[in-house]
Amino acid sequence: MTTSSDHTDPLPAGTIIYRHALSTRVWHWISVALALILLMSGLMIFNAHPRLYWGSYGANADPAWLEIYAQGNRGFLRLGERTLETTGVLGVSKGPFGPVNQIAFPSWATLPNYYDLSAARRWHLSTAWFFALGTIGFGIWSILNGHLRRDLAPRWSELKPRHLAKECGNHLRMRHPHSTDGSYNVLQKLAYLGVTAGLIPALILSGLTMSPWAVSVAPWLLDLFGGRQSGRSVHFIAAGLLVGFVALHLVMVVLAGPINHLRSMITGRFRIKAPRR
Amino acid sequence: MTRRITRRLLLGAALAAPPLILGATGNLPSWKRIKQSYTATGERLSHAVYSRIGRSALAREYPPEEMSPEFRTNGATTGNTPAWLEARESGFANWTLQVDGLVHAPRRFSLADLQVLPLRSQITRHDCVEGWSAIGGWTGVPLSHVLEAVQLQADARYLVFWCSDVMRGFQYYESIDLIDAFHPQTILAYAMNRVPLPVGHGAPLRLRAERQLGYKQAKFVERIEAVASLSSVGFGNGGFWEDIAGYEWYAGI
Repeated sequence: MTTSSDHTDPLPAGTIIYRHALSTRVWHWISVALALILLMSGLMIFNAHPRLYWGSYGANADPAWLEIYAQGNRGFLRLGERTLETTGVLGVSKGPFGPVNQIAFPSWATLPNYYDLSAARRWHLSTAWFFALGTIGFGIWSILNGHLRRDLAPRWSELKPRHLAKECGNHLRMRHPHSTDGSYNVLQKLAYLGVTAGLIPALILSGLTMSPWAVSVAPWLLDLFGGRQSGRSVHFIAAGLLVGFVALHLVMVVLAGPINHLRSMITGRFRIKAPRR
Repeated sequence: MTRRITRRLLLGAALAAPPLILGATGNLPSWKRIKQSYTATGERLSHAVYSRIGRSALAREYPPEEMSPEFRTNGATTGNTPAWLEARESGFANWTLQVDGLVHAPRRFSLADLQVLPLRSQITRHDCVEGWSAIGGWTGVPLSHVLEAVQLQADARYLVFWCSDVMRGFQYYESIDLIDAFHPQTILAYAMNRVPLPVGHGAPLRLRAERQLGYKQAKFVERIEAVASLSSVGFGNGGFWEDIAGYEWYAGI
């Protein structure tokens, strides 16, 4: 983004500005690819033991707070006391080798698309390295090149309850403020900051909590998440929140002008729209 | 208009050159090769880090009240070789552990021989590659004491644990490197939760290498072989699951 001061005059509609730095664009698309591999291979790893627990230990005889299972040719999701029939998607779904496949997450959502824990682990644990190192690198670079301070850090005035309430109201009424100078509104800032500085680090750390080597070197990870099985649960929940973020993000891009926004994340160039009255 | 050499042009050329050159010379690696080397990166990086950082860091040990009420079994739940079945008949009285390979003093240990060596008890978390965990107590002899008794030769790099269970036509085996072999929590356990090691958990002797996943914890161990390389053992990948299903040899993550 090129402008940053508090009281920028709106740029005339139609102005083309350089909105996203090369580093932002490159890492955006690489992380899209890596996150997709991580998600799909992660769901396959989950399929090996589709139960989640709280605490240090948890296996088949212990109470699970979430469970996906099959009974004959019907699939179920159990969350605490509530059970939901999910035949066709969770528990039982159409697989690559037949119409009735007893597996937690369906073939179309997993990598590989048939049950293969070792291959899924190799995809996941190789990609995790690139994703973690890239996240750290991008984080450091964002501090150095001012991306964090200029574009992502909310200003104090934006964090005032009245401003936040107004922005939330506008978003809920589908009156999204058009950026008149290329800068993000406060909800965007909080969402992008929350994902890159909160959710993704939480995913990396909770992932490490599942590694017997990592927790021998950094036993505080076990305390941070409340035990290895809690870490596994947090990893799964955080992955779900990331999927939720992506869904919302895509909806917002479509509502705000998909061509202009897609182009700005590819070439960096963004066309200013007329401000909303 | 003269074409100027811009940063963009240079970057594009640098990215496009390798595949173009490889493609033109017919040396473009196949998708399978690319996939194989990509999916092998994680284990390679993780192992490189493990062999440099925290070599003697300890796995967490738990108080008795944090043990799993039930410690499930997994994999083979009984030995099945004739020698093991016969030994079980006599309560493993005549059972022996053979330690050989690249050692100066190969020998056999009876359970009684192992039980007079200094012992170690630890309550640790067992993490299965599938995702579940169970906490249980193990008592046994630190592997380092056994290795001191047989004296590793200078070129020994790995220890191979041969097991008395044959699965899918292959003898189960696992292997660890010398970092784990001399790690203080690496023990040959003959007791679990204060009773002699149950059959389902690998009677009479199993490996506990606490900083790796469950499939490394060889059960029904009957022979430990010191080797210089894993390439001539089994199919060369260092373990049963590594050989038949492509699991990582380094299972610390």
